Amino acid sequence: MNAVWTIARHEARRIFVSPLAWAVLAVTQVIFGWVYIGMLMQYLQNYQTADQYTGVSDFIGGGLYGTATIVLLLVMPLMTMRLFAEERKSNTLTLLFSAPVSLTQIVLGKFFGLLSFVGALVLLLAAMPAALLPAVNLDLGRLGAGLLGLFLITMSFGAAGMFISSLTREPTIAAIGSFGLLLLVWLLRMPAQFDNGFKSVLEYLSLISHYQDLISGLFHSSDVVYYLLFTALFLWLTVLRLDIERN
Amino acid sequence: MDSDSLIEARGLTRRYGPNLAVGDLNLTLRKGEVLGLLGPNGAGKSTSMKMLTGNLAPTSGDVLIRGISLRESPQLAKRHLGYLPEQPPVYPELTVDEYLGFCAGLHGIGKKQRAEAVADAKRDCGLTHMSSRLIGNLSKGYQQRVGLAQAIIHRPDVIVLDEPTVGLDPIQIREIRSLIAELGKNHSVILSSHILPEIQAVCGRVMIINAGRLVYDAHIDAHLGKKGLVAQFANAPAASELQFTGVQKVDIGPAGRFLLELADGADPRAELVNAAVQRGWGLLELRLETRTLEEIFVELTSGDATLREAA
Repeated sequence: MNAVWTIARHEARRIFVSPLAWAVLAVTQVIFGWVYIGMLMQYLQNYQTADQYTGVSDFIGGGLYGTATIVLLLVMPLMTMRLFAEERKSNTLTLLFSAPVSLTQIVLGKFFGLLSFVGALVLLLAAMPAALLPAVNLDLGRLGAGLLGLFLITMSFGAAGMFISSLTREPTIAAIGSFGLLLLVWLLRMPAQFDNGFKSVLEYLSLISHYQDLISGLFHSSDVVYYLLFTALFLWLTVLRLDIERN
Repeated sequence: MDSDSLIEARGLTRRYGPNLAVGDLNLTLRKGEVLGLLGPNGAGKSTSMKMLTGNLAPTSGDVLIRGISLRESPQLAKRHLGYLPEQPPVYPELTVDEYLGFCAGLHGIGKKQRAEAVADAKRDCGLTHMSSRLIGNLSKGYQQRVGLAQAIIHRPDVIVLDEPTVGLDPIQIREIRSLIAELGKNHSVILSSHILPEIQAVCGRVMIINAGRLVYDAHIDAHLGKKGLVAQFANAPAASELQFTGVQKVDIGPAGRFLLELADGADPRAELVNAAVQRGWGLLELRLETRTLEEIFVELTSGDATLREAA
């Protein structure tokens, strides 16, 4: 466990000393801020129509966090592309492979390091509605479910991106590859609109189906389990991929 | 002798598809030995080193580090291993201290001893005054030293260095060499290179690999500087027929060539010519020479070489 912690801290440090992480945080914050203000203004325009069932929390949960998911789908591949591809390209992967640590420890360490970045993103998104707290009565449970959903889906993006990154030595290829994979899993639902034999299967597998309930504040443990399984699958595939590299 | 062998390779073989990269490599290294792995480009030096350090799984064979199998318990075995690959595995965005701290942690050095281990490694590699510099801003020579510091930070028994002086200027090469010689006193070092004087300067023992096979294994002082007789015959005699007085050892080279190792002061040339005439060997070439590593190397790698075992 010590080795996992060491690698995770190292990875987090490397993420946060790179200008890329700060650029991503800055750009996404500008977009999120813009959407957030837009949502608040929209609410102010229509507050008469708001009743006891819809409130500020819905606008933030459904609007801001919904948009955030799409933005994160675009930027997470940039954060995961370096994880293995760059290490392979600059020959630093050898350092990890010759050290007395297992492949599982390497993969988990890198993944937890990445989660520190995901955590920072989600915290910043939590800070926006939190700024309303002194003035507005927010449905914290609802926002909490939304943030949890956001964390889980970003974590899944991260795991899938890490796997793609372990396949190649070119970070840019890893980025476009993970973007393609994520978008595909996202859109698995599309054919499910038509009534065919796979409707329920495809709808279950799609990343987005499990998210919509969570951001609107409906907590199903099956949705949480879906994201955990999705993450575990790609972590396991990454370990397998790295093992092949030695053979 | 077996009890103090720190690293032992048994029948190490690696194939890439139909191509044999390394075939049946056996190697034993004892405490305090500096072994030079020589070979022309593409001979299989780097592949061998990757297998010795667990970066590449051998097709067959195994590596034992202090008797621990790298195949069966890789994590345990790698604790005793330090490896500097051809390109130093450094992160340009970290400082020397941050990087070495990470390496120490990776090798399981506890938090309390970490600062000391980092300081020792920096001192040994002459990096103390570079502690807070970003590795990416250091020159190639200093980056190489950081790579070397990484390989020795956990004081492993076996240090494997793949072409440690490649791309350095002559002064840096000298510094790195003296550092390796210093390390060789307390650790066992395996060093690969295709630069012959380098091997001669720092290694106590040399192995030559050609086309994936071990063709020479000897202690440097056992063969070098000794007089030898090179003879080539049209009808090659058996090696046993060449045991004239003063001949210590007969090596068979390619194309009817023989290398006779001579005792000090011995000169069996006249005797050899007589025998060649009487027995009809058809003497083509006869020359007395002092063998250098370079000659041995060229001889062994530029023809069909046979395996020789040195005394």
